Amino acid sequence: MPHSRIGGRRGAETRDKLNRAAPRPIGAAPAHAYTDGMITELGHFALILAFLVAVVQMVVPLIGAHKRWPGWMAMAEPAATTQFLLVGFSFAALMYAFITSDFSLSLVVQNSHSAKPMLYKISGTWGNHEGSMLLWVLILALFGAMAAWFGSNLPETLRARVLAVQAAVAVAFYAFIIWTSNPFTRMAVPPFDGQDLNPLLQDPGLAFHPPFLYLGYVGLSICFSFAVAALIEGRVDAAWGRWVRPWTLAAWVFLTIGIGLGSWWAYYELGWGGFWFWDPVENASFMPWLFAAALLHSAIVVEKREALKAWTILLAILAFGFSLIGTFIVRSGVLTSVHAFANDPERGVFILMILVFFTGGALTLFAMRAHSMQAKGVFGVVSRESALVANNILLAVSSFVVFVGTVWPLVAEMLFDRKLSVGPPFFNAAFTPFMLILGLILPLGAMISWKRGKLGRVAKTLLPVFVLAVALGGLAWAMQTGRSLLGPVGVFLGAWLVGGALTDLWTRTGRSRDLSRLARLPRADLGKSTAHAGLGILFLGVAGLIAWEQEDIRVAQVGESFEVAGFTLTLNDVRRVQGPNYVSTMGDITLALDGTVLAELFPEKRNYPVAQMPTTEAAIDYRFMRDVYVVIGDRQENGGWVVRTYIKPLANWIWAGTLIMSLGGLLSLSDRRFRVAAGARKSRDKAAVPAE
Amino acid sequence: MRGRLRSSALAGVLAALMALPAFAVQPDEVLDDPALEARARQISEGLRCLVCRNESIDESNASLARDLRLLVRERLVEGDTNEEAVAYIVERYGEYVLLNPQADGWNWLLWAAGPLMLLTAAGLGAGYLRGRSKAAPQTEAALSPEEEKRLKDLLDDV
Repeated sequence: MPHSRIGGRRGAETRDKLNRAAPRPIGAAPAHAYTDGMITELGHFALILAFLVAVVQMVVPLIGAHKRWPGWMAMAEPAATTQFLLVGFSFAALMYAFITSDFSLSLVVQNSHSAKPMLYKISGTWGNHEGSMLLWVLILALFGAMAAWFGSNLPETLRARVLAVQAAVAVAFYAFIIWTSNPFTRMAVPPFDGQDLNPLLQDPGLAFHPPFLYLGYVGLSICFSFAVAALIEGRVDAAWGRWVRPWTLAAWVFLTIGIGLGSWWAYYELGWGGFWFWDPVENASFMPWLFAAALLHSAIVVEKREALKAWTILLAILAFGFSLIGTFIVRSGVLTSVHAFANDPERGVFILMILVFFTGGALTLFAMRAHSMQAKGVFGVVSRESALVANNILLAVSSFVVFVGTVWPLVAEMLFDRKLSVGPPFFNAAFTPFMLILGLILPLGAMISWKRGKLGRVAKTLLPVFVLAVALGGLAWAMQTGRSLLGPVGVFLGAWLVGGALTDLWTRTGRSRDLSRLARLPRADLGKSTAHAGLGILFLGVAGLIAWEQEDIRVAQVGESFEVAGFTLTLNDVRRVQGPNYVSTMGDITLALDGTVLAELFPEKRNYPVAQMPTTEAAIDYRFMRDVYVVIGDRQENGGWVVRTYIKPLANWIWAGTLIMSLGGLLSLSDRRFRVAAGARKSRDKAAVPAE
Repeated sequence: MRGRLRSSALAGVLAALMALPAFAVQPDEVLDDPALEARARQISEGLRCLVCRNESIDESNASLARDLRLLVRERLVEGDTNEEAVAYIVERYGEYVLLNPQADGWNWLLWAAGPLMLLTAAGLGAGYLRGRSKAAPQTEAALSPEEEKRLKDLLDDV
């Protein structure tokens, strides 16, 4: 489809302005791609078709399930697949526009530049509001399609209803995209080049952070759909628990990886090595994570003991509800007034309506039907069930605390006319105690028997680990120099969790202490211990940073050596380096310990001329027990350079712990019981035929 | 997460704020007395950079944050206690500057929210557990025989 090229006086002006603002490096490809408009138009068309298919998928199977019309119910499956393919094509078309730098799309103009590295052209597709919303519905449709593909053993009516509810959520978000955030909006006069992606987003860690986060966020939608479908059906049983758990697990694993990536990015990119800031946008992802963790555990009780049914349904609604709240917080900019993603009241109101409709509707349905969920299992107060209830209380209440703290500035301003801030000091004080209690009871709860347990027996098994953990905590207390007590307490809890997880596995080897039995344990049990140990490692990492972090700020001349905590750093040189789309001031620093050179570090300060934004690139010497983290600052009047050095003990353990937790989740997900529940039934039935 | 997803329109605003980037605490700001400096750092961590998004003045690169850091140090050198120095800043810049909200007026609700919710939840949980431990095992079959068979198929299939 031909598009008018820039011409006339206005065009010349635009071109002139853009050329001045964006001197294109020699040899970069010229902006082209005015011939590829057809694909973009098809992508736009596919998006609208996907919306229509979702409407059909929402209405027809729901009526079919109500009237028990098999043909109408059967509609859900092909509709889910078609909808996914259509939105997938639409997303691919948008990505194609970014890759080929099609500056006839205003979204590409605002978020891309022809000289940008290819990875960031691709990640630019979701590095903006409209594109990321398209990724959002793509993942929503993907989960719907997966539920259709793997749900062949679900009761017919339940499957039809799950897919219909999933489609209803999708319809709302398609409408949101098409009417308020259309990524396929054209420019009347396409410029020669774009305005570049926010440089902070031009980073490998952050390129993959949003897709993982959305897989988690949006993955919870399927749990929501299962919950609402079960409420419509009016029944929840053990099989329901087993169907919901793998989806929750998958969403939780993705969310864990996504949050971990974001935190790691903040650590190396923001220039002083913090890893969690209690920012409203961070909290937006953390609240669903806490609820997903709670749901994961309560669904076990439904599956094994047929209790906690109503509560589990409620958690599934809340987990996705908080995903929607998170989306609202990020997109409306209501809490992040200075720099939000899409500071547009119209969009905010639209998402608020979606949020109110789905969460409110589901909760109303819950209030009407919850009483019909009769618990079956009977258990004593000292039991695994009770431990899981405690887990749920701590996770849910701590998530509510984060929520209250996050929205409090808004509440205070609207109701009490006070303009105030709620920052890290509040969250550290109000949230941390819950995690401390959780860490304390976790190893006991993980080992106590179902139905009726004996606390004394478990305590006896865990006593050696407890003593060891207390000793390690005491050692940490003796070694640290009068800082917060949280350091030693964190070391104690970390060791207690890791030791507890190992003890749990050790007891599973039986009397024979035959380690090969571990390999034959159900994967879910291995996954459980792995994830709990990962949490312990995470605690240790945080404790290490709290207790022993050191900082040094100074002006160093080129050629000067200085000591920080026993390390010798030498500033060899500072030079200017030209990157593909930035100019960098790069320091060259040798890190040595006792005369042995450990590493050559190159901290950078970059400036992106197109976006007119500076970024810092810290240089980090990663080691098992500590990171040395170096940042270069400005040139001083005396010719020296500001150099900031941090010694960060156990910093890696934070991300290692996160990764191990996700690995535990994946192990659990690969458990045979889930595969059987999720779809292997067909092949088993086939295999069973000759025997009959 | 923090500030990573800014629209490009706002990047301009940001660029203006960060036109002269200086990295958090600068060497020339550091006080000679280490004890006083440590107190200054501790105070800075609790004060908000007013032009930033959820950053303390200790972390911020903005020039306003630098002004505040210098002001805090000035007050400490003049002999203010930590509380007096913070009060001095709050008087000039308002309650908004405090990252740690005061526990007065309606704010007690914010601080009490966690403990209150925990107590409520623990009470409800305890009630539920008591009920479960005393309940008679349910014997009636809530599922049809066909469904029970299907359920059994699924659960036993390990």
